[in-house]
Amino acid sequence: MGKHPHIIKLDRSNGQREIVANHWLRVAEGCDDTIPAHTLLPLKEWLERRDELLGRADVGIWFGPDDEPEALGQDAARLSIIAVDFPAFTDGRGFSIGRLLRERYGFAGELRAVGDVFKDTLLYLRRCGFDAFEIRADKDVEEAAKGLDDFSEFYQGAADQPLPLFRRRGG
Amino acid sequence: MYIYDDYDQQIVDQRVDQFRDQTRRFLAGELTGEEFRPLRLQNGLYIQRHAPMLRVAVPYGHLRSDQVRALAEIARKYDRGYGHFTTRQNIQYNWPKLEDVPDILADLAKVQMHAVQTSGNCVRNTTTDQFAGVAHDEIIDPRPWCELIRQWSTFHPEFAHLPRKFKIAVCGSVEDRAATWVHDIGVHVVRNAAGEVGFKVIVGGGLGRTPMVGAVIREFLPSLHLLSYLDAVLRVYNRYGRRDNKYKARIKILVKAMTPEAFAAKVEAEWSHLKDGPMTLTQAEIDRVAAFFTTPAYQALPAEDEGFARLRSENKAFARWVERNVFKHKQPGYAAVTLSLKATGVAPGDATDAQLDGVAELADRYSFGEIRVSHEQNLILADVQQADLPAVWEAAKQLGFATPNIGLITDIVCCPGGDFCDLANAKSIPIAEGIQQVFADQDYLFDLGEIDLNISGCMNSCGHHHVGHIGILGVDKSGSEWYQVSLGGRQGHDASLGKVIGPSFAQDDVPGVVRQIIEVFVEHRQGDERFLDVFDRVGMEPFKSRIYQKERAHG
Repeated sequence: MGKHPHIIKLDRSNGQREIVANHWLRVAEGCDDTIPAHTLLPLKEWLERRDELLGRADVGIWFGPDDEPEALGQDAARLSIIAVDFPAFTDGRGFSIGRLLRERYGFAGELRAVGDVFKDTLLYLRRCGFDAFEIRADKDVEEAAKGLDDFSEFYQGAADQPLPLFRRRGG
Repeated sequence: MYIYDDYDQQIVDQRVDQFRDQTRRFLAGELTGEEFRPLRLQNGLYIQRHAPMLRVAVPYGHLRSDQVRALAEIARKYDRGYGHFTTRQNIQYNWPKLEDVPDILADLAKVQMHAVQTSGNCVRNTTTDQFAGVAHDEIIDPRPWCELIRQWSTFHPEFAHLPRKFKIAVCGSVEDRAATWVHDIGVHVVRNAAGEVGFKVIVGGGLGRTPMVGAVIREFLPSLHLLSYLDAVLRVYNRYGRRDNKYKARIKILVKAMTPEAFAAKVEAEWSHLKDGPMTLTQAEIDRVAAFFTTPAYQALPAEDEGFARLRSENKAFARWVERNVFKHKQPGYAAVTLSLKATGVAPGDATDAQLDGVAELADRYSFGEIRVSHEQNLILADVQQADLPAVWEAAKQLGFATPNIGLITDIVCCPGGDFCDLANAKSIPIAEGIQQVFADQDYLFDLGEIDLNISGCMNSCGHHHVGHIGILGVDKSGSEWYQVSLGGRQGHDASLGKVIGPSFAQDDVPGVVRQIIEVFVEHRQGDERFLDVFDRVGMEPFKSRIYQKERAHG
């Protein structure tokens, strides 16, 4: 929860990445009044105030591992930012959440991995559609970013490259 | 056999670099032990009782002779001169140094091998029939499908951190020699009424703490849809499998909780989105992979070689070896030979560097340079000419691999147990040896016929004790080692789980208990009945009353 100083931002169109300041505040619950700009609300709370918030590009959502992309559905396509929490890097549910948001519900904004995020899952996250990585505060951000390059070829299709290797081999 | 192209090679090479970096960061304190643990496990590296243990992948149990030589060299260079073949058709080393592991992986990569996903909560090595491609009862060669699954599962980004480990087995023959009913997913390659190739899909089988036989969730999946359907099954499991309790995290628990029908419906709903998408296989890809598993250059030979037949009729020891260790081949004049890694006094599944080199030599001379590993922890030369069988027998004797006991009670399937494994409650290797000594008389052993005896040192069931005709499980009772015995388990299409006979036994009593079980079997046996037939006919009671007549058991 709260606000990390830096995130790694990946340009999905060309693979370039940079370390940028974080403008977004992730909260456990919102306030009764108007939600301040640059707030990431829990999915449940956003859904309760959907009609008020759907038009606001300066308010985003964050998913816990139990949250279902189905609950947001096609509204995903109208959001500018969604964060997915990984309470432990070994909890892979967020990978499925990322792919569903990107591949089924047309989410085109910033998909941000938060929580137990460091070098060794960045490439999997990238493949599942994530393009922003809030690296754990005690880890070296520059070192972590190198994890995006651990592999340069992949067998399966995924959010980053829908075509599996067998549709590209020798082509 | 599948041969890497530049893509495949690059992926394993980059894996070596990645793991070298992870090991460096762990040793430098940049990764905690807790963080490094899942990362090293996904590369087959355990930290065990005495030293790290490294499990090397042998995809669907297939090896080339150059790979076997590389395994021998690794045993010499980094270990204590031996390796252990496992029930997942892999090989593990018990004594490598942590800091050497990146170099071992680099050596493996030179011969198109790796340790990817041999442990951890991810899709593990896909296993199949050790006689795939040569079995007389084969309907369709399962190996191209195994390789397609291997590639699909390798570093699958969405399924890198599942609730628990995930094991897939594929079978393409009449007899199921791949234990498909007790896997997370079992795949039967079949033909439908129209003659098209497809798959029957079984989910939710498994051994371990809560053993279960799987349920069919799809009778016929057209072949092009294999991978997208697997994506759907895994996605449902990844999202809804339990993560709060590791003992309830396997897919079998989810399938049981939902019911197989509801689980199947959930998979179908997910699959409806993925079906006909980019993961749909292409005929070109199926053909490309299948081309690696073509028939070798067999010679046209008579169905029975004269010299072979003569020696068989003249030499009892040879005849015995042929009866137990030689499997009927689909090609006239050829045979598949099982090298028994179950000699008495040797840990089941163990092979020394010299033995590995010897096997590589045999494969080059007699079997097109290929070797297979069975999930019963033996090695197979799959394409031997009958005329060469006497020479192969002699050479196997020299190597200590000619024990004529395949399928007999001394062909024991056994995990490393408490001598090596940190998880084990009890030792298993000394138990195996004690039992093998009881059946040292070859004539007696032979007359007993087929009996599967499986030993696991703990509930993780690496020795598959639930499906042994006789199963032995190590249990911990207030700090001492005890053994629970079950009877009547079996693998194959009529797979079922053994039933516990009664209270457990002390280590020293186990060989005697097995002896009594066999005595009861022999007394009730009619003609050539198998142990299982007798058990099914007479039930548990005669065994139970004999064993517990004296006060031997405790609590």
